[in-house]
Amino acid sequence: MTMSRSPSLSPAPWQGIGALPHDDGARIDHLIVLGLVPPNARVLDIGCGDGSLLALLRDRRGVDGRGIELSREGVNACLARGLPVIQGDADTDLENYPDDAFDVVVLSQTIQATRNPRIVLEHLLRIGRQVVISFPNFGHWRVRAELGFRGRMPVTTLMPEAWYETQNIHHCTIRDFVGLCRVVGARIETAQALNARGRPMRFAMPWWVWNLMGAQGVFLLRRGEPDPT
Amino acid sequence: MDTSLDPATAPGAPVDDVSTRDPSQPVDPRSRDPKSADPKSADPKSPVALFGTDEPLAMDAGVALAPFRIAYQTAGTLNAARTNAVLICHALTGDQHFAHTHPLTGKPGWWETLVGPGKPVDTDRYFVICSNVIGSCMGSTGPASLDPATGRAYGLDFPLVTIRDMVRAQAMLLDRLGIPDLFLCIGGSMGGMQVLQWAASYPERVFAAMPIATGARHSAQNIAFHEVGRQAIMADPAWAEGRYLEEGTRPAKGLGVARMGAHITYLSEPALHRKFGRRFQGGSAPTFSFNADFQIESYLRHQGLSFVERFDANAYLYLTRAMDYFDLAADHGGVLAKAFQGTKTRFCVMSFTSDWLFPTADSRAIVHALNAASAAVAFVEVESDKGHDAFLLDEPVMFNAARGFIDAAARARGL
Repeated sequence: MTMSRSPSLSPAPWQGIGALPHDDGARIDHLIVLGLVPPNARVLDIGCGDGSLLALLRDRRGVDGRGIELSREGVNACLARGLPVIQGDADTDLENYPDDAFDVVVLSQTIQATRNPRIVLEHLLRIGRQVVISFPNFGHWRVRAELGFRGRMPVTTLMPEAWYETQNIHHCTIRDFVGLCRVVGARIETAQALNARGRPMRFAMPWWVWNLMGAQGVFLLRRGEPDPT
Repeated sequence: MDTSLDPATAPGAPVDDVSTRDPSQPVDPRSRDPKSADPKSADPKSPVALFGTDEPLAMDAGVALAPFRIAYQTAGTLNAARTNAVLICHALTGDQHFAHTHPLTGKPGWWETLVGPGKPVDTDRYFVICSNVIGSCMGSTGPASLDPATGRAYGLDFPLVTIRDMVRAQAMLLDRLGIPDLFLCIGGSMGGMQVLQWAASYPERVFAAMPIATGARHSAQNIAFHEVGRQAIMADPAWAEGRYLEEGTRPAKGLGVARMGAHITYLSEPALHRKFGRRFQGGSAPTFSFNADFQIESYLRHQGLSFVERFDANAYLYLTRAMDYFDLAADHGGVLAKAFQGTKTRFCVMSFTSDWLFPTADSRAIVHALNAASAAVAFVEVESDKGHDAFLLDEPVMFNAARGFIDAAARARGL
């Protein structure tokens, strides 16, 4: 990655996302996205699975939601919920969307499974005015421990498959991802680390703590100027 | 009940259909067309809407066709608010008998797999209409109909038909039936082209659209296959420059060969292999002749022969041409998305993995254009080895996806 020394991150984006919206059974990561999406926004959920996030956004925020999903089972579940979802692939289908087509584009736990994360992220920033992106943090202490002490590729809740069958081909740490944001000129509006139980880490902490203690990172990005370096 | 319709004066109208008809819209009782030169289309065994010289069909060829007739079938009941109408658009050699026993072949309706009581297109909930396209030969005006100007069959004097002409005629039929807009417009192959044209021409009249196994334009390969079929018909001396009805002949050989060739494109190599392989027809050895040794040969010959029994050769020329001419993007400055600009219609596009006539890439092009137009679009690629014809067959994955989409659309429309 392009990051060499500890980056001079302004603490502002790392204040956390704040209290979660009222939870009645929805997934915590979905509730975090819900807290980031303005009412009545046009939202594209890439890798939308069975459409539960889109349905949540539609029902609670009046969102006009669209989805892309690789699996036919997922697409069928979305159709049954009345969600317009396309059977497709983040690596190949994003280029067909026009600029600023959506208010918010969501990519949840998927970027590490794409063939070209940089191009995918650039498309997200082009298609959406805002981008919500979450990914497993390969810098999490358990991952480091597996690799550092046991010398094995980690298998965790967020990365449940062994190395030889995982879809995740581009692992990164929270810090690595911040580096990619600089490369592609993404402005970090807010960022959040979730602990291993998927709960937001509530206190403002030095960012290296997040990189160590966060099991996943959730970022809200907006188009900015690429870093000339 | 339609009091104007007496089965005795409308021999073509199945009695069980009468109760489904819109009571306020009397159907012309002259379902039999005394003017058809083709005995096959003289009695479509279905209701027919007649449009007189005061209601011409403005065709893309620059002709105002009048009079003309549209034969159609319905199932289900139109609700009081007239919001539950479904238009089924049939494919190249299809017809209006989507859920009714075919009057010529005696076979079940061609889409009874998808349409019927309790089916994804539920005739207990929706009023389903399907009309024979203009230019065809099952009761709607086409090249086999009598040209009032000459008193003989149109033949090649019939104006070239386009997909847009078919849709215009369908819109006129809906006006006649008093149906302001469609809850759903659905069709496969050439029917899918009509669905796309409907969404482009009358976006405010289509609530939900399902174009299946289709494309926004006919590919060069597809035009090529069609041209082979047309040349086979025209090479048959019995075709007589399109005047075979007057000559009392039929270009059965030519039309049969055209159908055989086309039929291959509707299937797939794995499906052919599974169904026929290299198996011999009667025995286990070649006969050292050009008899139909292989089962696949026998099957294709049967397809060709049975097709000739039910279809008009000139109509085949016209309808294949209509598909060839179809290029929705070209009608909108070369940008397909412009065909759907501002549309409120919700779309569900479907393709089949083994369809090489309208491959998934064709459907994806539609989806991309709909995305660019910010339309609400769902897309499903159904895994099937049955080729293009999969959309007519028992494909549970397709049915599940269709049911999910249609049920959700019905909820959104308050049905």
